[in-house]
Amino acid sequence: MPKGEIVLGCLAPHPPHVVYAENPEQNEPTSEGGWETLRWGYNRLARKLKSIEYDALVIFTPHWQTYIGTHFLGLPEFKSKSVDPVFPNIFRYNYDIKVDVDLAEKMREKASEHGIITKMMRNQDFRVDYGTITSCHMLNPDWDKPIVTISSNRNAHYYSAEVMNEQAAALGRACVEAIEESGKKVVLISSHSLSHRHFVSESPLPEDMSREHIYNHSQYVWDMKLVDLMREGKMKQLIDILPEFTEQTIGETEAGGLTWMMSAMGYPEYSAEIYGYQSVIGTGNLVAAWDPSSVTREIVL
Amino acid sequence: MEDADILFGIYCPPHPQPLLSPDASEGYAKLRQAFDTCRERIESSDADLIIVYSTTWPSIIGHQIQAHPEPEWVHVDDDFHYLGSMPYKFRMDVDFAECLADSAKERGLHSRTIAYEGFPIDTGSVVALKLLNPDNRIPACIVSSNMYSNRAETIVLGKAIRDALAKQGKKAVAVVVSSLSNRMFTEHIDPTEDRIHSSKDDEWNRKILEFFADGRLEDLSQLSREIHGQIRVQKVVAYKPAWWLAATMGQHNNYDGEVLAYEALHGSGGAVVTLTPSSGSFGDKEFDEDDVEFYHGDRDVLDKGML
Repeated sequence: MPKGEIVLGCLAPHPPHVVYAENPEQNEPTSEGGWETLRWGYNRLARKLKSIEYDALVIFTPHWQTYIGTHFLGLPEFKSKSVDPVFPNIFRYNYDIKVDVDLAEKMREKASEHGIITKMMRNQDFRVDYGTITSCHMLNPDWDKPIVTISSNRNAHYYSAEVMNEQAAALGRACVEAIEESGKKVVLISSHSLSHRHFVSESPLPEDMSREHIYNHSQYVWDMKLVDLMREGKMKQLIDILPEFTEQTIGETEAGGLTWMMSAMGYPEYSAEIYGYQSVIGTGNLVAAWDPSSVTREIVL
Repeated sequence: MEDADILFGIYCPPHPQPLLSPDASEGYAKLRQAFDTCRERIESSDADLIIVYSTTWPSIIGHQIQAHPEPEWVHVDDDFHYLGSMPYKFRMDVDFAECLADSAKERGLHSRTIAYEGFPIDTGSVVALKLLNPDNRIPACIVSSNMYSNRAETIVLGKAIRDALAKQGKKAVAVVVSSLSNRMFTEHIDPTEDRIHSSKDDEWNRKILEFFADGRLEDLSQLSREIHGQIRVQKVVAYKPAWWLAATMGQHNNYDGEVLAYEALHGSGGAVVTLTPSSGSFGDKEFDEDDVEFYHGDRDVLDKGML
């Protein structure tokens, strides 16, 4: 069996607004659009994914928060409705998801060998989080590939952002071992915003783009600092400053997803593909990708 | 502020063990027994309404209020999914929910009702309502805990609840769903070996319970910032349950407090406490933080004094 590999890593933020704005048949509310800069970037990345051969999407989500270890979805199918607890007015999505349980179990096994506390989630009534659904829908609206969802262990709350960085990096090393042993071609997804301070009120029409802007300039400057490092291919440096970024911007990077993905990909020293940056209800959101293949890697924006 | 009729208050933990695995440990069984005692007291009261403030329902867009008349789903906890599912069907007081949303707005808060099929009611609210009001004999109202709100906003929310109760002339039981110390063990444990995560957490919990037993709710409210720094995981800006409960129950120390149980829940401090309004004050503190009546929102400090 050939060695498995990571064929692409994606930073894929999950504000439900982007799904709402796309008006897919699975989502009950309908919109007049909005957040085009982000969505068009997503659309282009989704087209690139269509051109890549891969077996599964592996997503690390901040909205499955666990405090007792790292958990993995462990049943082959989940079918239900996801209603966003914060924005139920715009996201009520009927989903039907296939899970690559073999790959999930392999990752859990490797993570356990690395000393990480783990658990398979095998309750059929469990509702898949909206972070997983939003990011996966935007990257693969056909839902024609199985996924693996990994929970976000929130040890940062017990210790520090530095400890979270270390633990997420260890999980990344374990996951890449599992991928290599599986023989599968895998796309990694780190599902989160960058700066993450929200406005606490909403305009009457959520997609009214005349009301949309970043929460404050400090958040914007920090977000751009990270984008610059991504363009320059300095991902180890970016991960090293991530605890400070997280603290300064209430960054959703606190969940550990970006660190996990960069660790699994060996901290790329090549430029990230930048697909789009836009605020959503004040938070800073970037769609980006890391393509290990110099043949298919692009300068997008 | 108008007079409101709060018959009594309950402080109880959000974890699912008392509902799903009460026999797994002696401690969980004691917590379950305490929940049952509270249920009996609610049943024997003439309450019109149960109001739940759950720390496991975070909101961002202001304060959300559950207004679906009969929310129904099967809930599974993110961490304790292996303990089983929690099917629920509750009865909400929609008129009160609408009145509360209006009352909150009148006090400057951003608030809205939510009534969507499949809305994910949180673990804490599900556990509390299934154990305290299993037959839906009394309608309920669930309010969210805004993740950015701090003292002023939380106290004003409590006052808005009193306004709404007074407007509708309803008698209520106020339920706050929260741990005391909320540091859990980070590995899976044998429930029979469950204990409070650290001596420090245990000592703080017991001090808080002394205040509860003495009916010193307003004193606890004033100690919230200290409690947050000492025994609360810093995942939200503040420890808000005592602010909410004190404001909702009238901001004083005149209660008969009763600690029905105090046990560990995977390392966190789980207590079931009741507070019943009484006469006579107990307490030795005076306070210098402003008693906020109206929430004015951001003070726009960043935009002032700009060159």
